[in-house]
Amino acid sequence: MEFYRNHILVCTGEPCVLKGALEVESILLTELQKQGLENEIRVIRTGCLGPCNVAPVLVVYPEGIYYSGVKPGDVQEIVAEHLVKGRPVTRLVGTDVEKRVDVVYQVPQILTGQERVVLRNCGIINPDEIVEYIGRGGYEALGKALIHLKPEEVIEEVKSSGLRGRGGAAFPTGLKWSFTASGEEKYLICNADEGEPGTFKDRLILEGDPHAVLEGMAIAGYAVGAEHGFIYIRGEYTLSIERVQRAIDQARKLGLLGKNIFDSGFSFDVEIRVGAGAYICGEELALIESIEGKRGEPRYKPPYPGQTGLWGKPTVVNNVETLANVPHIIEQGAEWYKSIGTPGSPGTKVFTLTGNIKNEGLIEVPMGITLREIIYQLGGGIPDGHSFKMAQTGGTAGGCLPPEMLDVPMDYDELAKVGSALGSGALLIMDDRHCIVDLLKCFMRFFNHESCGKCTPCREGTPRLLELIEKIMDGTAVKADLDLMAKLAENMEISSLCGLGQSSPKPVLTLLEYYQHEFLAHIEDKKCPAGVCKKLQVKGVV
Amino acid sequence: MENNNKVTLKINGIQVTVPAGSTILEAAKIAGINIPTLCHHPDLETSGVCRVCVVEVNKGRPLQAACVYKVAEDMEVETATPVVREARRLNLELILSRHPQDCLSCVRNQKCELQDLAESFHIEEISFPIKGKAYEKDDSNPSVVRDQEKCILCRRCIEACIQLQGVEALGVANRGADSTVGPFFNKPLQDVVCTFCGQCIHACPVGAIYEKDDTARFWEAVAAPNKHVVVQTAPAIRVGLAEEMGMGVGSLATGKMVTALRRLGVDRVFDTDFTADLTIIEEGSELVERVTGGGTLPMITSCSPGWIKFCEHYYPDLLDHLSTCKSPQQMFGALAKTYYAEKSGINPKDIFVVSIMPCTAKKFEATRPEMHDSGHQDVDVVLTTRELGRMLREVGVQFAELPEEEFDKPLGISTGAGAIFGATGGVMEAALRTAYVLVTGQELEEINLYDCRGLTGVKEAVVPVGDLEVKIAIAHGLANARKLMDMVRKGEADYHFIEIMACPGGCIGGGGQPVPTTMASRDKRIAAIYREDERMVLRKSHENEAVKALYDEFLGKPLGEKSHHLLHTKYIPREL
Repeated sequence: MEFYRNHILVCTGEPCVLKGALEVESILLTELQKQGLENEIRVIRTGCLGPCNVAPVLVVYPEGIYYSGVKPGDVQEIVAEHLVKGRPVTRLVGTDVEKRVDVVYQVPQILTGQERVVLRNCGIINPDEIVEYIGRGGYEALGKALIHLKPEEVIEEVKSSGLRGRGGAAFPTGLKWSFTASGEEKYLICNADEGEPGTFKDRLILEGDPHAVLEGMAIAGYAVGAEHGFIYIRGEYTLSIERVQRAIDQARKLGLLGKNIFDSGFSFDVEIRVGAGAYICGEELALIESIEGKRGEPRYKPPYPGQTGLWGKPTVVNNVETLANVPHIIEQGAEWYKSIGTPGSPGTKVFTLTGNIKNEGLIEVPMGITLREIIYQLGGGIPDGHSFKMAQTGGTAGGCLPPEMLDVPMDYDELAKVGSALGSGALLIMDDRHCIVDLLKCFMRFFNHESCGKCTPCREGTPRLLELIEKIMDGTAVKADLDLMAKLAENMEISSLCGLGQSSPKPVLTLLEYYQHEFLAHIEDKKCPAGVCKKLQVKGVV
Repeated sequence: MENNNKVTLKINGIQVTVPAGSTILEAAKIAGINIPTLCHHPDLETSGVCRVCVVEVNKGRPLQAACVYKVAEDMEVETATPVVREARRLNLELILSRHPQDCLSCVRNQKCELQDLAESFHIEEISFPIKGKAYEKDDSNPSVVRDQEKCILCRRCIEACIQLQGVEALGVANRGADSTVGPFFNKPLQDVVCTFCGQCIHACPVGAIYEKDDTARFWEAVAAPNKHVVVQTAPAIRVGLAEEMGMGVGSLATGKMVTALRRLGVDRVFDTDFTADLTIIEEGSELVERVTGGGTLPMITSCSPGWIKFCEHYYPDLLDHLSTCKSPQQMFGALAKTYYAEKSGINPKDIFVVSIMPCTAKKFEATRPEMHDSGHQDVDVVLTTRELGRMLREVGVQFAELPEEEFDKPLGISTGAGAIFGATGGVMEAALRTAYVLVTGQELEEINLYDCRGLTGVKEAVVPVGDLEVKIAIAHGLANARKLMDMVRKGEADYHFIEIMACPGGCIGGGGQPVPTTMASRDKRIAAIYREDERMVLRKSHENEAVKALYDEFLGKPLGEKSHHLLHTKYIPREL
C-alpha cells in the first residue's frame, strides 16, 4: 500500500462543484506536481462535507483542517504555506479578515454535535472508489444478511429497529417490507426523486456514498424477494446519476450486484431511471407510472405498491436515506439503532438547513433534538442581528412553526401533534423580515405549478388558495376569506387522491393557526407588519 | 360472517352483505344508498379523480373515493356525515366554478351529469368566482366536436378510448389547473388516430364532446323547392329513436320513425336495411369467391366506418382482408343517385340523400373522396339519432302518439337479415343465412344463429355450410377487434370470415345514439333488434324482391361491373 503524508479531500458535492471545486482541484494537482509533492500528498474527491454555505471546501488530513471558500487564487498559498512549510493558511480556516467565510477554526460549527450514521462516509471516502467503501466496512452487512440471515430475519431486524420511511411519510420500513405480496417477480425501487424544495440530503448521500444506497437496496431486495432494483433519480441530479452508475458498474465487477451474490444463490441488480423534473414523481405510485413510461401521476390506493406496483407486480419503494440506514441496522442490530433517537422515531435524521440561518447545509443528528438546538447550536443562529420568525419543517408541504414552538422535538409524532411533519428533513428558517402571507404565496405558487391535475381538490383547490392569498396581499380580502381558505385547505387534506394534495395544505393551516394576527393585520388594518406587501401600508406608517 | 365470496359491512349503520371485491359504491347501491359520482362510468374502470363520491371509511382520514375503494369485512362506511357532505359539496363547487354557466345553450342541457349533481346538491351559490377556460373548439373533422371549455377533466373519454376502443387518441396534457384532455401535442382529432366512433361522447358526463350538428343542412334541403330529399334509416335507428324521444330503452318504433320523417317534409323514406340486404348478396358472393378462388382470408366485414379507419391506421398491412364492399349507407347513396334517379326520372343533382345513422363515423365516411361514384357526393348529409330527435322535438312531433307508416318502395323494402345489421354478430348471421344458399343451394332450417349473438367481446363459431366448415369470428368494440387483428397479423387467425363493428354492442351502441348509452342499454336495444327480425315476414337477404329487381333491372349480377363501380371501394393506409 502506498503511503502519503497528507490526504486532501476536495468536496465535490454539487454546491462546491458549482462554486469551482473542480478548478481548485486541478490547480491543486498542478501545484503539487510543481512542488514535486505528487507522491507524498494524495488528492481525493469526496461527497458533501456539510458546510455548503462556504463552498468550495477542502480538508487536509491528518490535521483535519477545513479550508472553505477556496478560490483558485488561494491554492498556491495553501500548497506553499501549509503543505510545504506546515503553516495552515489561517485566513481560509478561521474568522478571516475579509469576512468571506464565517466558520470557527478547523471544524465548522455545523459539523459539531452531529451523529453520523447515514453520512458516516460522506466527506471521508472517495465515492468513486468502491474499495474505499469496502475499506470502511462496506458490503459487510450484505454479506451478513445473505449468508447468516433468512429474508424474514432481515425484515424482523428492520421491523424491530423501528426505522421509519425517511422520504416523508414515515411509514415503518420493516412493516412495509412484510406487507409485500408473494409473487414470482417483484421489484425494489429506491426513490431518489428528491423534489421537496430545500431538501438535498438524498443527493448528498448519493454523491457522497452511493454504495451505501446500493447495499441497502440489495439487502432490501433480499428481504422482500426482489431481484430487480430501480433507482429513480431526478434528472437535475447529474452528478448523482454519474456516481451511482459508476458505483453500480464497480459493484457488478466485484460481484456485489448481479447473479448469485456471495455465492448465496441470491441475485440482485440495479438500473437507474432518470426523472424529468415533476415534483409529483416523488409520490411512489406516480414514480411507478413514470418508470412504466406513462405520465407521472399517482394511482389511487389501495392497492398499494406492495400488492400491485411496477407493471402490476409487488413492489417496494423506499427512500434513499431509508435504504442507507439499512446496512447499519443489519450490521449493528436493532437494539443499537433504537438506542439512538426517540422511542417513536429511532435513529438519526439528516436535515438540510436553508433560509435565514448562519450555517446553511447538511446535518445528521439523533431524532428528538429540538428545533432550537438545530437552529442555535448547529445552525449558528439567525444572521445579521435579526430574530427568528418561523421554521418550516419537512419541506414546502410541511407545517410552519412560530418561536413558541422552538422546543418541539424533531420526531415524527411530536411534529404531527403540532400540525406539522418531519417530512424529508428540510428545515426552512425565516427571520423577522419576512411576511407570512408572502411566504405562503411562495409555497402555494410552487404547489400550483406542481399539482399534477388529476384530482379535483388539489387541482382546483390550490389555485383558489393562491387567489385568496393574493387578495389578502392586495388588501381586497375580507375576514370570511380566511374561513374559506381553511375550508379549502382542510378539504384538500381529507379528500385529495394522493399525499401531495393531502399535505400541501399544511403550511396554510399552520400559518392560519399560528400567525392569525398577521393575516388579520393585512385584512382588517390593511397593513403588512413586515413591510413586504407593496400594496399595503408599511409597518409604523398609519 | 365472511364466506368465500361475500363480505358483510355496515353502511350508514345498515348491515349489508355484498360480493367480495365490490366497491363501496356498489355495496351502497345494494344497501339502497346512492352515492353521487361524476368521474365514474358503469362500463369503465374508474380513475377515482373527481372526489365527488368520497365517503368515510372506519371513521378514518383521508376520505376515500367510493367508486374505487373496495369493501372489506366489518368495514364501517358513512356516506352522509357533515364532513363527507362538506367535502363533496366543495369539490363540486370547485368543478362548477371552472365550468361555463351557459347550460341553456348547451347540447347536453338536461342530459348533463354535472347539472344533475348541481341540482341534487341544491347548489345555490358557488363559493368561488367563476373562472372559465379559454380553449378553441376542435371541430376539425366531420364527426366529433371537442369543446374543452366544458371539460371537467373526469377522464372518462380517455378511458373509453383506451378501454373500449384500444385507440388512445386522447390523453392528458399539461399539469395542475392547466391540465387539458386531448390528442398529443394538442393536435386536432382530424390529424390523429381518432376513428370518429364517438364513444367518447357517451363517456362524457357534460357537453365537452358531441356530434357535429348538421341539422341546418337538412332543413335547408327540405326547404329548397328543387331538392328531392330522400332519407335512409340505419337498422339501429328504429331501436334508438324512440328512446331518444322519451320512450323506454329498447323500444322498437319502425313505423313511427317513418311517419316522423315524413312529418319533417322529406320526399321519400327509404331504408338502409335494403342496402344491408344488398351488402349480404355482394359480400356473400365475395366470400364464396375468396374461399373457392384462393383469395385473401379471413375476409373481414367493412360496414363500420370507425372500424375501417382503425384498420387503416393500425393494420394498413392487412387492408386486403377487408371486404371491398362499401357500407350499406354508401351503397344506398350511390344507388339513390343512379338507380333510383333513373327509375324515378329525377336528375341526380337534385336528389339530396340524407342518412339517419347511429354513428358519428358515418359523417366522416360520407365525406371520403372515394364516395362519389354516382358522379356526385353519394350521401349528402348524415344525421345521428340525437340530431333527428332534436329536429323532431323542435317542430313538436309527438313521437309516441304517431301512427305507424310503411317505408317507400323500392329502396325501403328489406328483410330481417338487414335489420340485424344493427347488432354485433348481425352481419355475420345475415351473411350465413344467405351463404348457406349460395353454397348449398338449400335454405337454412334454423335461421336463428345464436352463436353470433350477445355481448361477449370476441365470439367464435364453426358453422357447417354444405361440405365446408365455415370458421367465423365476431368482435365488437375496437379493443376486441385489436385482439383478432393481432391474430390475423401473426397468421394465427384460422377463420374464413370475421365481422367487426367499431362500437361495443354494434351500431345500436354507436356514437350517435341516445345519451346515455351504457352496456345495459346496449343489451336492451339488441333485444329490440332481434324482435324486429322476428317480426319480419322475410328474414333472409336473398329473399328480398327489391334486391332481386335491382340486379335484374340495373346491376346485372353480384360482383359484376356495375356493382364493382358503385358498390365496392378501396382503402387507404394511414399513419399512426
